[in-house]
Amino acid sequence: MITSLPPFLIFFAGALVVAFAPNRLRPTLTLLVPLFGGWNLWYVAAGSDLTVALFDYRLELVRSDKLSLLFGILFHLATFLISIYAVHIRDRLQQVSSLVYAGGALGAVFAGDLITLFVAWELMAVSSVFLIWARRTPRASSAGLRYLAIQISSGLLLLAGALLHISETGSLAFGPLGVGSLAGVLIFTAFGIKCAFPLVHSWLTDAYPEATPSGMVFLSAFTTKVAVYGLARSFAGTEALIYIGTAMAMFPIFYAVIENDLRRVLAFSLINQVGFMVVGIGIGSELALNGAVSHAFNDVLFKGLLLMAMGAVLHQTGKINGSELGGLYKTMPITTGFCIVGAASISAFPLFSGFVSKSMVMAAAAQEGYWIVWLLLLFASAGVFHHAGIKIPYFAFFAHDSGIRTREPPANMLIAMGLGAALCILIGVYPSLLYGILPWEVHYIPYTADHVLTQLQLLFFSALAFAWLNLAGLYPPELPSVNLDADWLYRRLGLRGARLAERALAKAEQTGARLTEVSSYNFRRVAMQHCGPASVLARTWSTGFAALWIIILLGICLILYYL
Amino acid sequence: MKEKAWIEKRRNVVLMVRIFLAVSIALLLLDLVIHRHELFSWETWFGFYGFYGFVACVGLVLAAKVLRKLIMRREDYYDH
Repeated sequence: MITSLPPFLIFFAGALVVAFAPNRLRPTLTLLVPLFGGWNLWYVAAGSDLTVALFDYRLELVRSDKLSLLFGILFHLATFLISIYAVHIRDRLQQVSSLVYAGGALGAVFAGDLITLFVAWELMAVSSVFLIWARRTPRASSAGLRYLAIQISSGLLLLAGALLHISETGSLAFGPLGVGSLAGVLIFTAFGIKCAFPLVHSWLTDAYPEATPSGMVFLSAFTTKVAVYGLARSFAGTEALIYIGTAMAMFPIFYAVIENDLRRVLAFSLINQVGFMVVGIGIGSELALNGAVSHAFNDVLFKGLLLMAMGAVLHQTGKINGSELGGLYKTMPITTGFCIVGAASISAFPLFSGFVSKSMVMAAAAQEGYWIVWLLLLFASAGVFHHAGIKIPYFAFFAHDSGIRTREPPANMLIAMGLGAALCILIGVYPSLLYGILPWEVHYIPYTADHVLTQLQLLFFSALAFAWLNLAGLYPPELPSVNLDADWLYRRLGLRGARLAERALAKAEQTGARLTEVSSYNFRRVAMQHCGPASVLARTWSTGFAALWIIILLGICLILYYL
Repeated sequence: MKEKAWIEKRRNVVLMVRIFLAVSIALLLLDLVIHRHELFSWETWFGFYGFYGFVACVGLVLAAKVLRKLIMRREDYYDH
């Protein structure tokens, strides 16, 4: 007897209904989907795993344990908030694809076997790209194509790894895998691409900022978090993740400081925050894993909030470059306030959500004796505050007055941001709300006098550095520019290579054509010479001349006869 | 010329930074009062976190300026 529906099914059914619903009803229906899904989740939590048979294998479509439920709750919450944010949108494409995308993410986190995971994985890739294309600009369309190519490759690696794993072990289970076998390495790489590991990260910073305002909030909530879930499920305690995660936390902050597009700054900051989660998964202790998944939970909320604020700026002004913005606090004071709450949360200010989750990863790194990693993460924490905590609100809403006079965004956008901000503060003030739904028991206490003090010292002196650099004129100005990154490899080097190859091919073709032409010309010329209208054979002879020839021929015959 | 907003006047900005500096120093001095149960020896050094945060951010920005020299290109770099 089925007591609950598979969570993804509700979203797919919802997407189908929304696809055929009239314009007026679509926003309401979109909101109802996560609400109904949340109600259903209550029954999923009561424990009702769903398996179906496929040939000789049993697919576990729904596996509910504390880890999958945490992400299930998170994804329902995120869909609900972002759907409020997107209520004013009258774009069937975005509304349908965002529901399919969220459903895919739910399918992935509740998947109990690798085949179900693969299907959900590819569904996410294919549906999410429409959130980029929905911007309907040439840049978005080419960025979306690059994004799709990389996402699909990640899915293919996952499929290859899964099939290899199944043939080796005979087990479909999506459980702990490790990187000891080729299958494990393939799946690890597939997760790594979606998680934006260094060097395979540029799909994220390339494509996300080209998405629509609400599209980018959706994108930031699901893809990387599903990858984090996958790593936590299958590769917890893999030491390589500690160093990969540290690199992820470190390198984007340098890019974020000099990036002009403020949503791209947040894309870099997304990689940086995922880096903390990856380190936690690599350490693999209960404290570290709790830290990783709770930070994923908080990141969806505060990064979502910051992206909503920047999306509101983009929606209202049509601009998102730091060099073109500034002084918006005068006309968008409420948005400014929400943005500052998001900034305080991502910077891990005491009483805001980041404080209660990131510190678990830091504490776990210290406990396990990774002191270099710990120092680098502390550096990254100061860096986060610098680029996401200060730079984002400062260049958008303060800095020099750009002269732009606009209005607050539509009420639904403000409500969504308000709810997001309230959750950030609520979790920061009552961390037990979040700790209660974590997969492992929490013994960690975030609010100790020395933790609060040291964190405040770190943040205040980082801010002081910003103020000093700014007043002294040392701070790099926002400049309209493109910064080279790993995507240079395929957008420039690869393109150049392809163009060179294309040119070489065209040249070879041309040479071949010319050769054929020359030889066929020669052939025709010779043929014309001998068989053409003016050739020896086609020449017309006078009768006398012909008679002479005949006499000569007959003469020759006579001579031959007598010989 | 329109009157500048309060927050835009340099005098007020300097005032705010000074208040901020005072708060920061107060936080630094609290180091002497509050007991630490630290995991690494350097955590007990006076003002370690403040110093680290300040140096990290200045280093970050200066490094980013150098990085800009290496990787910054025109906005339409990829467009053709």
